[in-house]
Amino acid sequence: MHILKLIFRNTLRHKLRTALTILGITIAILAFGILRTLVSAWYSGVEASSSARLITRNSISLVFSLPLSYKEKIRQIPGVKGVSYAIWFNGAYISEKNFIPNFAVEPKTFLELYPEYVLPEDQKTAFIRDRKSAIAGRKVAERFQWKAGDTIILKGTIFPGAWEFVLRGIYYGAEKSADETQLFFHWNYLNERLKKTTPRRADQTGVYIIAIDDPDRAAEVSEAVDKTFKNSLAETLTETEKAFQMSFVTMTQAIVTVIQLVSFLVIIIIMAVVANTMSMTARERIGEYAIMKTLGFGGWHIAILILAESLVITMTGCVLGITLTFPGAEYFGKTMGNFFPVFDVSAMTLLLDVAASFFVGLIAAAFPTWHAVNIRIAEGLRRIG
Amino acid sequence: MALVVFVFATILMLAEGLRKTLVDTGSYDNVIVIRRASTTEVQSGIDRYQASIVETQPEIAIVQNGRRLAAKELMVIINLPKRGSEKPSNVTIRGINEQSLLLRPQVKLIEGRMPKTGSYEVIAGENITRRFRGCGMGEKLHFGMRDWTVVGAFRAGSTGFNSEIWGDVDQLMQAFRRPVYSSVTFKLRDASDFEVLKERIETDPRLTLEAKREIQYYADQSEMMTKFLRILGMSLTIIFSIGAMIGATITMYAAVANRTSEIGTLRALGFQRRNILFAFLVESMLMSIIGGFAGLFFASFMQFLTISTVNWQTFSELAFSFTLTGGIVYESSIFSIVMGFLGGVFPAFRASKMNIVDALSTR
Repeated sequence: MHILKLIFRNTLRHKLRTALTILGITIAILAFGILRTLVSAWYSGVEASSSARLITRNSISLVFSLPLSYKEKIRQIPGVKGVSYAIWFNGAYISEKNFIPNFAVEPKTFLELYPEYVLPEDQKTAFIRDRKSAIAGRKVAERFQWKAGDTIILKGTIFPGAWEFVLRGIYYGAEKSADETQLFFHWNYLNERLKKTTPRRADQTGVYIIAIDDPDRAAEVSEAVDKTFKNSLAETLTETEKAFQMSFVTMTQAIVTVIQLVSFLVIIIIMAVVANTMSMTARERIGEYAIMKTLGFGGWHIAILILAESLVITMTGCVLGITLTFPGAEYFGKTMGNFFPVFDVSAMTLLLDVAASFFVGLIAAAFPTWHAVNIRIAEGLRRIG
Repeated sequence: MALVVFVFATILMLAEGLRKTLVDTGSYDNVIVIRRASTTEVQSGIDRYQASIVETQPEIAIVQNGRRLAAKELMVIINLPKRGSEKPSNVTIRGINEQSLLLRPQVKLIEGRMPKTGSYEVIAGENITRRFRGCGMGEKLHFGMRDWTVVGAFRAGSTGFNSEIWGDVDQLMQAFRRPVYSSVTFKLRDASDFEVLKERIETDPRLTLEAKREIQYYADQSEMMTKFLRILGMSLTIIFSIGAMIGATITMYAAVANRTSEIGTLRALGFQRRNILFAFLVESMLMSIIGGFAGLFFASFMQFLTISTVNWQTFSELAFSFTLTGGIVYESSIFSIVMGFLGGVFPAFRASKMNIVDALSTR
């Protein structure tokens, strides 16, 4: 009990210094938390993908389309439970700065294949029945204050012209990881118009989404699909949804690596600050430690004193930092909202926060502790602070 | 302190490198024409009829043999595996004609020869040859149901062209079954003709196109990336500088506390309060500028690194390196001095406000 009291008293001895150090840690943990969240936001697409879905695209690259006739052929392949298709539309709402991911999809099969996008039953029927309709995610609807029945006009970048849609429903994610920022509309609507304007581009789709019976047979089914279209004009590449999403992440791997590196740099910097504080503290109190030793306290006693003090400081900072991470991440998520659909602080991040501050506290105190424990009593007493 | 300046400078260098790469890619008197409302060449499509109308505009510069300095080009993206990791990334393929090279004086052939018109031959940018499988000299690439031989490598300064593969436009259009061009790029006879030309192209009822200066076009493409880097850079810099200032303040407070009796002695000897204040401020600033230079020293090594990533707007691979400019050195030094000043100002005030008797009486 007494030792606890001593630790707290010690911590509060230099109020200003302690406060500054705690502030430093708070900021570092805050930065670390936000950076980690940023990294996990990068991977959110991968997290949200299902292992029971495969994505088939043109093997040359995503900008090339696949003919619609492939749909029936894919459906015949053993192991395939359902097929849907989607095309990346990339329409701009008012201006290109309002980035909304939007896809032309085959509504019925698409909603079957993506149970994580939940729509009320009446909205779902309305969406499927009306060829001119669209559905939007909860977050994007909130952002532009859309409600069911609104008319939305998208300016096509890949498919020129102004495209008018009637919003028939607002979907929300069944899980937290589901992307609620997208907009989906009827592939048929797009296709009918393309038939008139650019027949060359009609009856094409961007990707096929394949639901499979058994996730363990993913590799087998993918191979079967690709083999079917080998040596055709549009060869395919089929991979699991996870791998498909991952390929986007790996393309920007460099940036993720930089962010990760920086997040560790933050911790190293703060370690330097805490170590500085602790070594100053310990140096000032060498005389006291010598006295304590004279009184018969063992080396480990002193070690605990210093370590505990350092931990008290880092942990206080950690708790403060974590509390600030939530509003911080929210603000950051809003500014960067256009880039990341999901921006939530994960439990893993918090765990890392705690672990990092624990280690900082431990390592920062290591050298002063070692010094204080090893110093000889006479020497310590002789030292004048 | 060194670390903080290191991070500060690195981020500035990254943004600068990206900006430089994209801005250098364009030149001021070149104009690029793409389909209206498409933001990049990849999204754009210009059919042969429209392209030939653009090609015959009178403002286009004329080279020898009376030919116009205009290139009707195709741009698509293909997936290629990287060397080593085998992870695929998006690479830009540009279909070129004879004029393309003349339009871009930055591009120099460093190895091999140009692809022959009408053959399945391509040349690859420097960044591509090194980093993607099948893109080295003499190697073969397979796409569009054909094998393409790499017959040359080119270097294009620090521009985005370094991350492209070039081949004959008509052959590529055939291979990809894409009977439209992506863009028409041409050089103006007189750079100030741009406004007139833009007006004419955009109001011509036969055309659904849009003309941009090449520089503007490439700057627009990197807008999202630069914005992202800027927000990230700013927030990091703020956080880091607060950390560094706290570090400096703690150290300086300790320095003041340790030297209480010295300060007292100095005051007793007749030094003014402001001398003391000044001495501590200078100490703090000196400390941080040393840190700053150390940081810059390490940051300068970052110039040897090349970062490659996919630009979200063009959806294609872009490699750029950290670039250290005089401006960045200057900014970082100022930054570290300011940090030193802010970190040292409170401790210095405390030191200067000390009472002589009290200061001397502390042991």
